[in-house]
Amino acid sequence: MRSFSLIDLVSLVEALRWTVALVVLALAFGTPLALGLALGRISRSAALRWTMAACIQIIQSVPLLGLLFFFYFGMPVFLGIQVPATVAVTVAYTLYTAAFLGEIWRGGLEAVKQAQWEAGACLGLSAWQQFRHIIAPQALRLSLPPTVGFLVQLIKGTSLASILGFVELARAGQVVSAATFQPLLTYALVAAIYFALCLPLTLWSRSLEARLDGSR
Amino acid sequence: MALVEIRDVHKTFGRVEVLKGVSLDVEEGEIVTIIGRSGSGKSTLLRCINALESVDSGDIRVEGEKVHAAMRDLKKFRQRVGIVFQAFNLFPHLKVERNITLAPLLTGRIDKARARALAEDVLTRVGLADKIDAWPEQLSGGQQQRVAIARCLAMAPHLMLFDEVTSALDPELVGEVLKVMEAMAKQGMTMILVTHEMGFARNVADRIVFMHQGRVWEQGPPAKLFASPETPELASFIASSR
Repeated sequence: MRSFSLIDLVSLVEALRWTVALVVLALAFGTPLALGLALGRISRSAALRWTMAACIQIIQSVPLLGLLFFFYFGMPVFLGIQVPATVAVTVAYTLYTAAFLGEIWRGGLEAVKQAQWEAGACLGLSAWQQFRHIIAPQALRLSLPPTVGFLVQLIKGTSLASILGFVELARAGQVVSAATFQPLLTYALVAAIYFALCLPLTLWSRSLEARLDGSR
Repeated sequence: MALVEIRDVHKTFGRVEVLKGVSLDVEEGEIVTIIGRSGSGKSTLLRCINALESVDSGDIRVEGEKVHAAMRDLKKFRQRVGIVFQAFNLFPHLKVERNITLAPLLTGRIDKARARALAEDVLTRVGLADKIDAWPEQLSGGQQQRVAIARCLAMAPHLMLFDEVTSALDPELVGEVLKVMEAMAKQGMTMILVTHEMGFARNVADRIVFMHQGRVWEQGPPAKLFASPETPELASFIASSR
């Protein structure tokens, strides 16, 4: 046993790299997919709407842990494909992000009154112009608080990647706690680091919300 | 050739036939007011003229061009036919100026350098030049409706459709909107209005069209129609509107 030292703090902060990397990867691949799912969910084609709804339902119904297990341990068994752990977690977090953000954004898009589409159409705008300039900005403002709420969930959810051997923040906390026998201090620090990561996001969301709603 | 030609238009929503063979011509520069009870098909007819609703059968032509939801130049067509709604439908996330200039800029009608001047021009026409930098929610209902009219005017339409534009307004705000529409009428704009404002219809319209049960029941000049209605349905409608 050794006492908690600066090295332990550094190792915790270093482990943050994986937490951030996983979030960035999930967002980079997940957000375009989420937009596709959201647009599919409000599409005129019933087949597309149902397909997207089914995809979202399936992914949302499986625990994140289950997704991670499936893509890392299940793929070789069911499909005979062995993927590196980084690919497995990226795919799992991407699908998780896409399903939840897709539903959040779908809700935002549907919250904008149908009459706004109509008003744009009556002025001779194309469907894309209506979406880009009239619907999306309003939906973005409506979706911002739940989007940031999900982002915070995602940051904390990266701790599950430790089961595939990723030494991200929570796993590093476990290692430090085992080495120093100071779980209270270690996990308090881990919690503080998560808090420091999430707080600016919430604050940024609030200021962005105020900026998007320029009339208030 | 009339600017708007409507021939035997039928339209059904589910099992309800809302338009049962409507025929109507509107000449260039004419102001036609459509009156009638709720559910008589007035608003549906207006929406069909702008291809917001498709017709089941029959024919609508504007400037000789057949109107339908799948027409190739639908976007260009709608730039020529403005419509103002009961609920204003301003874009709440955009200031008044941007509400007005968004469509002219995106459709290439004007360039950025001229945008502000265009907004000022149309806002002056509706008496709201000082509100160019306001947000929609900072305006009263009457002002919002006037901005909605200005937004249509910015597209320089050949025909304006008004769908009960004063119905959602407090009584004291109705006058300011009607005044703007009256001024547009005097400038020769072709207008088709659906309205419950009988006084306005009587004073401004060249022709009144009374719709009943999905049909054009009776039509004619306001003085004649209001003084001596030919059908008991119109007589009863006029009596109930007093």
